[in-house]
Amino acid sequence: MQPEAVAAAPPPVEDAQASAPARRRRFPAPKITVTRVLLVVLWLGSWEVATAGWLDPFYYSRPSAIWGRLVDWFTKGTAFGSIWEQIGVTLEEAVLGFAAGSLAGIVLGVLLGRGRFIAEVCAPFIKAANAIPRIVLASLFVIWFGLGMSSKVATAVVLVFFAVFFNAFQGAREVDRTLVDNARILGANPRQILTSIVLPSATSWILASLHVAFGFALIGAIVGEYTGADKGLGLLINHAQGTFDAAGIYAGMIIITVVALLAEWLLTLLERRLLAWRPPSSSAAADAQI
Amino acid sequence: MAESPPAIELRGVTKRFRSRDGAAHTATRDMSFTVRQGEFVSVVGPTGCGKSTSLSVISGLAPAGEGEVLVHGRPVTGIPDRLGYMFQQDAVLPWRTVLDNVAAGPRYRGAPKRAAREQAADWVARVGLAGFERYYPHQLSGGMRKRVALAQTLINEPSILLMDEPFGALDVQTREHMQDLLLELWSGTRAAVVFVTHDLTEAIALADTVVVMTAAPATVKDVVRVDLARPRRVEEIRLEDAFLDVYRRVWDSLREEVEITRARGARRAA
Ligand SMILES: Nc1ncnc2c1ncn2[C@@H]1O[C@H](COP(=O)(O)OP(=O)(O)O)[C@@H](O)[C@H]1O
Ligand SMILES: [Mg+2]
Repeated sequence: MQPEAVAAAPPPVEDAQASAPARRRRFPAPKITVTRVLLVVLWLGSWEVATAGWLDPFYYSRPSAIWGRLVDWFTKGTAFGSIWEQIGVTLEEAVLGFAAGSLAGIVLGVLLGRGRFIAEVCAPFIKAANAIPRIVLASLFVIWFGLGMSSKVATAVVLVFFAVFFNAFQGAREVDRTLVDNARILGANPRQILTSIVLPSATSWILASLHVAFGFALIGAIVGEYTGADKGLGLLINHAQGTFDAAGIYAGMIIITVVALLAEWLLTLLERRLLAWRPPSSSAAADAQI
Repeated sequence: MAESPPAIELRGVTKRFRSRDGAAHTATRDMSFTVRQGEFVSVVGPTGCGKSTSLSVISGLAPAGEGEVLVHGRPVTGIPDRLGYMFQQDAVLPWRTVLDNVAAGPRYRGAPKRAAREQAADWVARVGLAGFERYYPHQLSGGMRKRVALAQTLINEPSILLMDEPFGALDVQTREHMQDLLLELWSGTRAAVVFVTHDLTEAIALADTVVVMTAAPATVKDVVRVDLARPRRVEEIRLEDAFLDVYRRVWDSLREEVEITRARGARRAA
């Protein structure tokens, strides 16, 4: 059985969706993949060739050296111990910061989004807090919490919090009045309205921000380590910088990129599950800054 | 035996809104009408005159301002018990399936999930959506979404049913289906219905009584009885002489108000 008309319905939420891009023309998938691979080969190849000639590999390194460094790290370990340990530490900081920051962001965002009074009271403080270059706080946190893990987690929390907070706030604020009224008429109490109307409406907003937020959590952890640490990928990069090891910097970058892409993939899976009800065309986007 | 109070009674309700520039805007002025238990009342009036406002006052979602609103003889302070309200805008939850949308009322009121779903499945079938239980609203046509909203409202077995241009956005054929469906589901419930519409044919075909509102601010201009036998079939009844008599009577009354509203609109546009 088919619905009478499937196509006519407009998407039920326009909120978190970026203005819909014009439908792109589709090209055959293999053609695209092959072109991509060619581009990468061209880029790495010309880099490698250039460093054999006029480009100084001491400053710019070269793909083969970076690959060698990666192999080195994963087989023999780094100057600070196993590479897996470094990845583990950074990941742990990022995940903790991400969890705490997004939880706080969601709770406070929804609370302020629903409570007009506190929202109005807090508005200037939030604006001011958002204007602070928060990355600088990393230095402060090293003084407060020392070189251990907590100063990195704190940096990540701060970066994540604001990214999530603003979206949760907006999401909770833009809940359709009719949906709330309808739920009240059907017998919902304030708690049920929060869980069955406000949170689901805000979900697409919140999820959109979580993508950016995990990136911020990683940045927070790494900048924290960079500022002062005894373990982690940020320390590795900082050390590479100190020893003029360009290949080491690139190698660290690549590892971080892979971690970020994996996290992005997991978040996309989560988003698909939670937003299964949405018409398929939408893609969420969030604006945020560090 | 004392006569039981009317299901709904408005006595001199005046409702003002503060507009953006701070001036008071009167939406309804000294509005009075009553709806008996089991009566179907249609409300017609020019656009923007205050029809939706009077429904939200009865529902308890908005305070009345001046005057009295009584439901079952008691002043309305919050949302009255056993009141159903179909809004002008789409109010089904886009993130819930048809079945869970319909089950929302019983769930809010504390029914266990299984029982609520069983009850909902029954209502989904009654509004003709069997087979669509697991669809999401965006996969349905406008008419089907209205069916979901109808089931969602009726599952709570309201004794007061407020409907705000529920079928206004539908094409003519779908609308007639929905009107017949509504009459069928309503018959035998003894629910008091207030049905706002701008479609005169719809108003008369459905109702026992048509209330005509004036141009804004709304007050009751005319109350017209519709003495047509039930059960009715909407597409047949509108050709009967008795129907046409009522139609002429209501239209004579409404035309002036529509013209006033139109003239104001033209003046504002000029
Ligand atoms: N919440 C509100 N705040 C301010 N003005 C309102 C509000 N709701 C309705 N109005 C105004 O009251 C008038 C009547 O509105 P409404 O009852 O929706 O008319 P309709 O008869 O078309 O349903 C309109 O002029 C509208 O702009
Ligand atoms: Mg209206």
